[in-house]
Amino acid sequence: MNSFDIVILLSMVVAGAAPVVLAAIGETITEKAGVINLSLDGGILLSAMVAFAVASTTGSIFAGFAAAALAGAAVSIVVAFFSVYLGQSQVAVGFVLALMTRDLAYFIGSPFSRIQGPQAPHLPLPFLKDIPFIGDVLFNHNVTVYLGLFSIFVVWMFIYKTRPGLKLRAVGEEPRAALVRGFDPRKIQLLCSAAGGIFTGLAGASFSLAVKAGWGQPQGCEGTGWIALALVIFGGWNPVKAAAGAYFFSLLQVLGIQFQGWFPGIPAQVFQVAPFPLMIFTLIIINLPKNEAISAWAEDRPVLKKLLSKLSGDAPTSLGKPYKPDIY
Amino acid sequence: MNEKAEKIKESLITIALAIAFTTIVIILSGAPALETYIQIFKGSLGSKAKLGQVIQAWIPMTLCACGLLYTFRIGLWNIGVEGQVVMGAIAATAVFRLDMTAANPLLMMTAAALAAVIGGAVWAFVSGYLKIKSGVNEIFAGLGMNFVAQGLILWLIFGPWKRPGIASMSGTEMLPQEFWLPFSAFFRISPISLAGTVAAIIFTAVFLIYTRAGLKLKAMGCNPGAAHMYRINISAYMLLAMLLAGGFAGLAGFFQVTGVYHSLIPTISSRYGYLALLVVMVSNFSPWVSPFVAFFFACLNVGAIQLPMVMKIDSSLAGVIQGALVLSTLAVQAWHAWKLNKEKV
Repeated sequence: MNSFDIVILLSMVVAGAAPVVLAAIGETITEKAGVINLSLDGGILLSAMVAFAVASTTGSIFAGFAAAALAGAAVSIVVAFFSVYLGQSQVAVGFVLALMTRDLAYFIGSPFSRIQGPQAPHLPLPFLKDIPFIGDVLFNHNVTVYLGLFSIFVVWMFIYKTRPGLKLRAVGEEPRAALVRGFDPRKIQLLCSAAGGIFTGLAGASFSLAVKAGWGQPQGCEGTGWIALALVIFGGWNPVKAAAGAYFFSLLQVLGIQFQGWFPGIPAQVFQVAPFPLMIFTLIIINLPKNEAISAWAEDRPVLKKLLSKLSGDAPTSLGKPYKPDIY
Repeated sequence: MNEKAEKIKESLITIALAIAFTTIVIILSGAPALETYIQIFKGSLGSKAKLGQVIQAWIPMTLCACGLLYTFRIGLWNIGVEGQVVMGAIAATAVFRLDMTAANPLLMMTAAALAAVIGGAVWAFVSGYLKIKSGVNEIFAGLGMNFVAQGLILWLIFGPWKRPGIASMSGTEMLPQEFWLPFSAFFRISPISLAGTVAAIIFTAVFLIYTRAGLKLKAMGCNPGAAHMYRINISAYMLLAMLLAGGFAGLAGFFQVTGVYHSLIPTISSRYGYLALLVVMVSNFSPWVSPFVAFFFACLNVGAIQLPMVMKIDSSLAGVIQGALVLSTLAVQAWHAWKLNKEKV
């Protein structure tokens, strides 16, 4: 891309963001119910392998996506089971699984290394693709992009506008109150983790069947899971804001590739890691409103105050603290 | 007596669970399970040279584990340990690159070791500082710092520190021989790194178990609220724990450069930092047990290297076994807690 074309740029951003959007939305569901699934990074890789292995064995893209969704759900069910039912640290179990599922993926997946496999077809949406500008940016992609866009809407609706979504939020905030209202917080946390895991799986499949098609070591999606986890915080546990963060991150990556062309003296690896320190800065900014001195300073400045309150988002109260029924 | 028997029983169950899981995975992959285990054993303890390689891996893993014991004690997740090793290695190399032909090699080595410790400690300090001052979760700060360290080392190796003519993944130019740690021909490892690691284990164990500061760390990890009421300055201790952890990781980086590779390579940390996190978890945060678990993990890592050559299966099996061990440990711990709970009722 020599000439700087905004439509191409944005459509690259949208295409590259699809897996990150899916992963961040899935993790939002899980965390909203009070469970942190730190295994995301390995889970994405494992499901990417499963998707590629199943799709190239059966020849069906759909089977690949379905198998990956199952694999993703299986990993997050392990995390939820160990933390919610066995009372072990979520961070510990999640971190171990992040490393272990990565190695599992490379171990089991090695026969599928560097072979040709099926790829999700390019699928421009009829009519929608003809809308000027937006059509090319949003609706001229493969299925993973639409899956991501669709999920943002559906998950937002689910969490904020439905009864099960209300239950989910109640469990994340006040599990004991939820129990009094007659539903089992642990069961809901397990279900929400599984649901989040399905998205993790779809994110993995999006990588190996579309965005970075193929399987091998390294696959190229390492690090995505950690970014998605940070995006959930960035998005203040709101799926729409988390997805917006994913598009922002994708923009950084695409710009990184751009800059590489402009500064050929700097090795490519430097641009690949550039988004990560930016992520830290973002997290610092997100945490600014929690700093008393800064919020006091912003008190007399209405514009700033409004901006800070927009940026901040509160974590679900019982996040990371599994509910133990035997206390009561 | 009974308690001891119970502990042994639980350890055996942990190992059995891990082996069962791993065996299923191997069989699913289509490889013969027994043969695989035999190859890992042969590849790690089968010869003197292999044992030397195991100890070579054990040194950085144990040093990182020692550092992590402090941060775990106070309840911090120092995932940044990987980057701290890298920064230690970079800092040491930076000292060696200073043009001081007249300087005494011993002096240079000492300066490089110090620089490595400081390099690792500074990297850890950033995560700790962000946690205390900005409320940035130490897991994300540490992880971000890992990626930054990785970017930095790649930039140095491909950029300013590249070998004349060729910049490649094989690393910077070799250090002059006088900056190599003395070598024991018998095991092909440096007695100095070995002695340094043993000293680190003893220091850590004594500090954590027998000193007041060690007790305070534990108190803060167990109950931050109560510790706060006793007027223990939690922030200061958090930073202290981070500095110690980073310092040990940095020292591991120094040993990797001067004792193993004799140059700066992109994979200088070899994921030993991440593995050390697992080591400490399996050893249930005990400074005396961690070195043994680290030795076993080192055996797995070194032993698995020959799997691709001999049996055409991927060496990442080592990581699967290690992960299975941690999960089994957690499961058995939960079972233990459940049993205690039932007895009480």
